Amino acid sequence: MQMEYIKRFNINFIESLGKVVLTNIKAMGKFSSYIGTLFYWGMRSPYRHKLLWEQIYFIGNKSLFIIILTSSFSGMVFAYQTYIGFSVINADSFIGPIVAISVAKELAPVFTGLVVAGRCGAAMAAQIGTMKVTEQIDALECMGINSVQYLGVPRVLACMISMPLLAAIFILIANIGSWVIGVKLLLIDDVLYFSKLSDFMRMGMVYEGLVKSFVFGFLISVIGTYQGFQVKGGAEGVGKGTNLAVVWGMVMVLVVDFFLTSILTKIL
Amino acid sequence: MSESEIHYAIEFQKVTKTFGTHSVLKEVDFKIHEGKITTILGFSGAGKSTLLKHILGILKPTEGHIRVLDEDMANMSELQIREFRKNFGMVFQYAALFDSMSSFGNVAFPLKEFTSLNLEEIKDKVHKLLHSVGLTDESFDKLPSELSGGMRKRVGLARALALSPRVMLYDEPTTGLDPITTHMVDDLILSTAALGQVRKMTSVIISHDIAATLRISDYIAFLEQGEVVEHLPTQEFKKSENPIIRRFLDL
Ligand SMILES: Nc1ncnc2c1ncn2[C@@H]1O[C@H](COP(=O)(O)OP(=O)(O)OP(=O)(O)O)[C@@H](O)[C@H]1O
Ligand SMILES: [Mg+2]
Repeated sequence: MQMEYIKRFNINFIESLGKVVLTNIKAMGKFSSYIGTLFYWGMRSPYRHKLLWEQIYFIGNKSLFIIILTSSFSGMVFAYQTYIGFSVINADSFIGPIVAISVAKELAPVFTGLVVAGRCGAAMAAQIGTMKVTEQIDALECMGINSVQYLGVPRVLACMISMPLLAAIFILIANIGSWVIGVKLLLIDDVLYFSKLSDFMRMGMVYEGLVKSFVFGFLISVIGTYQGFQVKGGAEGVGKGTNLAVVWGMVMVLVVDFFLTSILTKIL
Repeated sequence: MSESEIHYAIEFQKVTKTFGTHSVLKEVDFKIHEGKITTILGFSGAGKSTLLKHILGILKPTEGHIRVLDEDMANMSELQIREFRKNFGMVFQYAALFDSMSSFGNVAFPLKEFTSLNLEEIKDKVHKLLHSVGLTDESFDKLPSELSGGMRKRVGLARALALSPRVMLYDEPTTGLDPITTHMVDDLILSTAALGQVRKMTSVIISHDIAATLRISDYIAFLEQGEVVEHLPTQEFKKSENPIIRRFLDL
């Protein structure tokens, strides 16, 4: 009796485990094949410059203000926290390079990534998802226009172009914020601030951040558009897809950041 | 008229479509007359939309062949099929207008994509098309969200007609519209077909609406669980003794 129960339990357990593994493998296969289609249709003409510009404008319009806001405040608060810690050991003149390096390497790409995933990844899934459930995608396909080429490719390219630009803006503004706090408020000598900055800051660190944000831009937009194309059912499905796009966009930014850091610090 | 003189726009030759283990179409074998209005009737889930997707080459048959406008779609590459779709105009149940574009933009879209007309010519053509489906100038710049369901349908029809298709496809053109708008859309389908007579335009309609179907169709096919159980000229269809059809007609 007992044995029978355990046996049945095991079979059920193995069965459901197998199911989970299978569905995940299937989903990953679908996702990879979507990336393949993106590349295939991205290479083919017609190249839709107008749509690309529209999307770049859209991404900038959605996220520029928030990037300016988050970057200035995180630069300032980071400078202040560093001051509190480092003034204990009389090293407060190091604020400049410490803020600059961590912003360039980590904060700028990751924060920009999170903002863009929340604003643009979500919008991509919502737009494409809505087009899916209202048959607009079918309408495109019926006209002989590939929907991945028309809707997916411009968004992904635009995101890959915009992310490094936004990250660069983030780096610039965060450093201005840090300088304002350090030099204007905490009265660190201006010359000292910049000499320390140039002692420790390297251009390679900025490149690291920009490369990261480029990769994040790819991930966020591929996930966002993919979730849009996967939407099924009505408005509820669109909501679900949007949600998945944000969650997976953000999670992937943080996870991939770890691996990119370990690779990029070796190269750059 | 002898058999050889009749032209068919679309021929299904023993088409079977299986999703997994579920056969949605079972050896469907029928021909759609060129230049006529054919309606495909059937209960929900009978496979009507699936049939339509086969005509467009969006789905491929598991078995059998489909000849559309004398071409076998099985022999076409993906790119050829895309090119071939310019022969079709599709009207969707909820119009499926691109919601980022105005009425004008929607109708101009296929012209911009697929013709070498200049902007002035496109403008002329779009205005003509929108007028022909009974829209007035003030609705040209409105977005789909600012139009009523009936107006959207008209724009969708104008967009489908933009490239002068040889086959017009309607997926449940009147489901979800009020009786008066329904009547109006049906009249629009009739007048569109009449105007298309000169170039032998074929219309294929998917519908649940029996009264409208009897009024506007030349031929009616009845699809039941993936099989075409009857395919007759409208007058003969009305008198069909098939119990399934009688049940449907007498509802
Ligand atoms: N891509 C698909 N994968 C699996 N099953 C499908 C797919 N498309 C359609 N089906 C199944 O095929 C059957 C017929 O679907 P179809 O949409 O053709 O019906 P329909 O006659 O158009 O119905 P309705 O009048 O409700 O639109 C349904 O049982 C549906 O579940
Ligand atoms: Mg259907």
